[in-house]
Amino acid sequence: MSTDIFERVKKVTVEELDVKAEEVVMEASFTEDLGADSLDVVELVMAFEDEFGIDIPDEEVGEIKTVGNAVEYISKKVAG
Amino acid sequence: MSVLPEPSGRVVVTGVGAVTPLGTGVDVFWPKVIAGESGIRRIQQMENLELYSCQIAGEVPDFEPTDWVDKKDARRMDPFLLYAIAAATMALKDCGVELTEELKDEFGVLIGSGIGGLKSMYDQTKFIHDLKPDRVSPFFVPYMIADMASGLVSIMNDLRGPNHAVVSACSTGANAIGDAYEIIKRGDARMMMAGGSEAPVNPIGVAGFCACRAMTGRNDEPTRASRPFDRDRDGFVMGEGSGILVLEDRDHALARGAKIYCEIVGYGFSADAYHITSPHPEGRGAAKSMNMALRKAGLEPTAIDYINAHGTSTPVGDPMEVEAVKKVFGEHAYKLAVSSTKSMHGHTLGAAGAIESLICILAMRDSIMPPTINLENQDTDPLINHVPNVAQKRELNTVLNNSFGFGGHNVSLIMKKG
Repeated sequence: MSTDIFERVKKVTVEELDVKAEEVVMEASFTEDLGADSLDVVELVMAFEDEFGIDIPDEEVGEIKTVGNAVEYISKKVAG
Repeated sequence: MSVLPEPSGRVVVTGVGAVTPLGTGVDVFWPKVIAGESGIRRIQQMENLELYSCQIAGEVPDFEPTDWVDKKDARRMDPFLLYAIAAATMALKDCGVELTEELKDEFGVLIGSGIGGLKSMYDQTKFIHDLKPDRVSPFFVPYMIADMASGLVSIMNDLRGPNHAVVSACSTGANAIGDAYEIIKRGDARMMMAGGSEAPVNPIGVAGFCACRAMTGRNDEPTRASRPFDRDRDGFVMGEGSGILVLEDRDHALARGAKIYCEIVGYGFSADAYHITSPHPEGRGAAKSMNMALRKAGLEPTAIDYINAHGTSTPVGDPMEVEAVKKVFGEHAYKLAVSSTKSMHGHTLGAAGAIESLICILAMRDSIMPPTINLENQDTDPLINHVPNVAQKRELNTVLNNSFGFGGHNVSLIMKKG
């Protein structure tokens, strides 16, 4: 897992959800800890797609519940 | 536990809030209205202006979204929602009510928009043209639909009473106030926030109204372009903003010792049943709506001291309205005054009826009639007092506000000193 990916996930999350950078830790849940609702999550996923130039199919969005999930998922995508 | 007083069937205004091309907040914009200032300028929100036949508008000059919502919402929300939230927040604060759980159940919201989130529509449609439909924001639909100002204001303040929106083009704001008045009058709510909001100054909005041939071409003289009742008028100047009133059952307001601006006493509305954009040449719908408002208020025409005209500065609309006023008021048309403040703030479309009702209320409060600026050569009946260029002091007890809209809608509201 790359620190670079974590930092970029953090940057996007801070921008999209208007949260403080220190709140964006690996364990943080987007909905429970970072105040995202279902529409926020859709927009956040779109922002990840833009940031990393990847495609996240709807059926895989469910895997991304925490910041750690996002970093792990994106790491695999960009590596693959 | 307190018990709300029984509905009285009478409705007063206890709070006001406004976002206008003459500034944000009643204390900012009202002195400018009285001073006869123009809020019209070369459009700053758009690029490639030279492509448009109309390049001027009444833009809100001092609006900072993060004063009213958090950064996330400031970025996402359509400006028509941001203006409505700002105006509603100011109006609610102004009315000074304590929101008890009991009152929240009896407090509704009715904020209309002539169009809704047109900028959002424009921005998001680009993804379709780029063949990227999956990039459309999940917030596009909720922040574009015209009822969302009512929805958001209720959510933000936990107001659980009647809630919907009105859409009747440029009479929207007045219809919203009139309908909210009747909701309280018939006992369905004790308090309502009501008004309109509009943010049409974007490429598709300006291009669309230009295509209707409804707008001025006086691009080189922005502050002189909106000139209702003047011989050289050549179309309206678009404006943006929001006006919100807090309406309240009179006994509820009295019981809590609220500051009362005025009472709403009459609401008339009608259709021209004539043409989609042109008013009926004899103003039959306009006359009908003024007559209905007078009848429902139980007032003789001679009771009206001042009319805030729809008066958009179009060649056909202004004389039609004056003729309708003469038809309804007869000789009294020469005693009352009829001014159009659109000469200063432009035509704010769905917000117009609300911003201008608010102006009527403040005119009564301060005993002053706001002017029609740029009125150099009056070409309507010369005996009508349009309050040319300079405000006039006069004791005002009862005033009427007219708003007319594409589709042939006509609305007249009568307000009386409380």
